Amino acid sequence: MSDNVWIILAAAVVTYLTRAGGFWVLSRFERIHPRVEAGLNAVPAAVLTTLVAPQMAAGGIPEWAAFAAAATIGTRFGMVAGFMTGWAVVIALRAMV
Amino acid sequence: MSSSQFLAGSRRCLPVLVSAAPFGALFGAVAVDNGFTVGEAVLMSATVFAGASQMVGIELFGQNVAPWLIVLSIFAVNFRHVLYSAAIGKHFAFGAEWKRLVAFFLMTDPQFAESEAIVRRGEKLSFAWYLGLGLPLLVAWPVLAWLGATFGKLIENPHALGLDIVLAVYFFGMLLATRNRPLWLPVVAVSAIASIAAWFTIGSPWHVSAGAFAGVAVAAMLVKPEPAQAGPGLGNP
Repeated sequence: MSDNVWIILAAAVVTYLTRAGGFWVLSRFERIHPRVEAGLNAVPAAVLTTLVAPQMAAGGIPEWAAFAAAATIGTRFGMVAGFMTGWAVVIALRAMV
Repeated sequence: MSSSQFLAGSRRCLPVLVSAAPFGALFGAVAVDNGFTVGEAVLMSATVFAGASQMVGIELFGQNVAPWLIVLSIFAVNFRHVLYSAAIGKHFAFGAEWKRLVAFFLMTDPQFAESEAIVRRGEKLSFAWYLGLGLPLLVAWPVLAWLGATFGKLIENPHALGLDIVLAVYFFGMLLATRNRPLWLPVVAVSAIASIAAWFTIGSPWHVSAGAFAGVAVAAMLVKPEPAQAGPGLGNP
């Protein structure tokens, strides 16, 4: 097998370890400290923010309008509707600019 | 295994597929550009199954970096999964241990966010639902890499189609869905500031780990331990 294949397989193994490892480490402890628990509860909001905030900061009017539309529609009519609206808005505005 | 649960999970796939598809194909195109065979691109998508880290890996392949450093970089980019795993692993209560091990393999960003939303609503996370969401993605991801590797240059203007922003819009929707959680605003504010600062200094994709750890740390610092649970040794009056 080529070097590339070995690197890919090693990458797959370390990636799996990150996915199983957090639970494995945590399950060694009988009680979870409230601060650890609060931290873990914050994981979704914290990670999702990092995937969004830089894109917002680097964006312009079409991007900001897309996020605003996704928020407005999404919080009223559900996430899928918000997502589709935001996407449509960015395509439309970029076509005009 | 309940087929209605499987279908319910699959229904959540559509926005994920739409927003992830361009990246899956882009990976294939870039991989071939950087000296991968089509088969290697497909193999990487099927076994690593983590978009951002694959991009970083491919970028380093193109620069003749030492193999161990490539693997280490991929590990670093994927380190956020440790948090996911710690946060949701206990809800992978599917009976058999092998199902939990399978569930970890499928745990991508959207998989975690959608599953976490189920748990947050107080519903039981079922293995069938989880596979319904994850398996189509696991099948689609290498297929997209193959498409990108084979027909990569066909999308002439990804910017006009908004393909660079569509994933962020999806994640923004998921983020807003978590807005009723305790400490939401401070966590989001600190993660935003830290990730933006990291984005403009150390650069992508390290802003994810930096921002996430900052937000998690703030939640851990601000939480008020409930008096009933505050035993001796907690160290905080």
